[in-house]
Amino acid sequence: MKVLVPIKRVIDANVKVRVKADKTGVELTNVKMAMNPFCEIAVEEAVRMKEAGTASEIIAVSAGGAQAQETIRTALAMGADRGILIQSDVALEPLGIAKLLKAVVEKESAELVILGKQAIDGDNNQTGQMLAALLGWAQGTFVSRIKLEDGTLNATREVDGGLETVALKRPCVVTVDLRLNQPRYASLPNIMKAKKKPIDTLSPEDLGVDVTPRLTVVQVVEPPARKAGVKVASVAELVDKLKNEAKVI
Amino acid sequence: MSVLIVAEHDNAGLKPSTLNTVTAAAQLGGDVAMLIAGSDCAGASAAAAKVPGVAKVLVADSAEYGASLAENLAPLIVKLASGYSHILAPASTFGKNVMPRAAALLDVQQISDISGIEGPDTFVRPIYAGNAMATVKSGDKIKILTVRTTAFDAAPEDGGSAATESVEATGDTGLASFVGQELTKSERPELTTAGIVISGGRGMQSGENFAMLERIADKLGAAVGASRAAVDAGFVPNDYQVGQTGKVVAPNIYIAIGISGAIQHLAGMKDSKVIVAINKDEEAPIFQVADYGLVADLFQAVPELEKELG
Repeated sequence: MKVLVPIKRVIDANVKVRVKADKTGVELTNVKMAMNPFCEIAVEEAVRMKEAGTASEIIAVSAGGAQAQETIRTALAMGADRGILIQSDVALEPLGIAKLLKAVVEKESAELVILGKQAIDGDNNQTGQMLAALLGWAQGTFVSRIKLEDGTLNATREVDGGLETVALKRPCVVTVDLRLNQPRYASLPNIMKAKKKPIDTLSPEDLGVDVTPRLTVVQVVEPPARKAGVKVASVAELVDKLKNEAKVI
Repeated sequence: MSVLIVAEHDNAGLKPSTLNTVTAAAQLGGDVAMLIAGSDCAGASAAAAKVPGVAKVLVADSAEYGASLAENLAPLIVKLASGYSHILAPASTFGKNVMPRAAALLDVQQISDISGIEGPDTFVRPIYAGNAMATVKSGDKIKILTVRTTAFDAAPEDGGSAATESVEATGDTGLASFVGQELTKSERPELTTAGIVISGGRGMQSGENFAMLERIADKLGAAVGASRAAVDAGFVPNDYQVGQTGKVVAPNIYIAIGISGAIQHLAGMKDSKVIVAINKDEEAPIFQVADYGLVADLFQAVPELEKELG
């Protein structure tokens, strides 16, 4: 089974995000970038499938600027076999990305797509669902357990009330949640090996996809700040403040 | 302008998140219709008809909608879409799962998790875990939106009398089927709608220690939540998680116990009215957002708190 793993390069999860003074977006220059944490979980799952003999080949795909190559290299170092960079200088939206991925899935005849449930920059939580829709495939979203059965994939999903399991007809799209696995760190020999693994570069035009944005960003601003609170010295003082000052209990 | 709400419900009644979505729809203006797609969902459609502001309830009562599978719901939404300028659902795991699938089939770029409405095509939404607020304008003919429920008050449950109309079901796509569920059972209020939330983090050290928080929750009528660290450590189930990728809550009081306050956690609770933090590390970032902070060992402070609350 050929597995496609779409991945995204984002601001590192530990970096404090700063809004640009001109309100056009957030500051990205000289900021540490990394693979989106949910994408790491997706790569890890695909690598485990390959180790278990259920995946035959893992293709890591990223869409974005030329630097997304670095993120693809990380996936290759974790165990993906080859990479595809869909290079675009236009700011891509989930719908456009889903269309690009659909074209790649068809070109590669991939039989399973595993990706993160959301990217921690845009927090959209859309791409996997949109890709499944465009392919006419089943979707398992926010998945914390995957079990391959004959012709189906059983996906346990993290939903608001607890857990839910669905049986998905294969081929299908799975978006992963935090509890699926603990991603590995790439070892130095694997990082060296990854440098020799192939990365193809394509453009949206090569794939016949129009990625013109549908949304215009009017402005990006800082959220309203909370005013600083006070430290209390004891539990008794805390309860007193809640009762008599905040009047909330 | 005409708005369609894709209701989240459990067939017997509406989920509270649907009532918040009604308020967002009312801010857009125009006629509001609500789609109840379910199986044996007369209870939910009757509840929908009573919500003030809902002019029409569309009912698709058929077995294939029983488990709210996106594969079956999306074609139904697509079939109904042409009559509407806006299609809304709550940004719960239900809406997050279903709406992008419908949006892609309609060739619409969805706008997720809106927290403000600036105009018929312009919306505010948090990005980067709420560290920035983006205002975006949609050029699509139909606007597909999921609604951040904490940003909109719940509409009243009673007072309306909408007409009910049944719509033809679109059939089972056969792509997916429901196998089973393990839902967390609790007598306590639901996390996303509770007036008071008490959450534990890695500092709780074990699942057993959450009993301390549960006792306080029962005294206050509160819901119990957790940070990602506590869920990852297996102390409590996933549906307790508050944060960027878990649940977003905005209660009157949020009590954070043994939670350091990573930005991902703050994203899920910083709109709470009053934030209380108890943590032994006085440098913990949670204190930067807390209205009342107590630097103390939680294993001493929490039992004391229980006693003080009487």
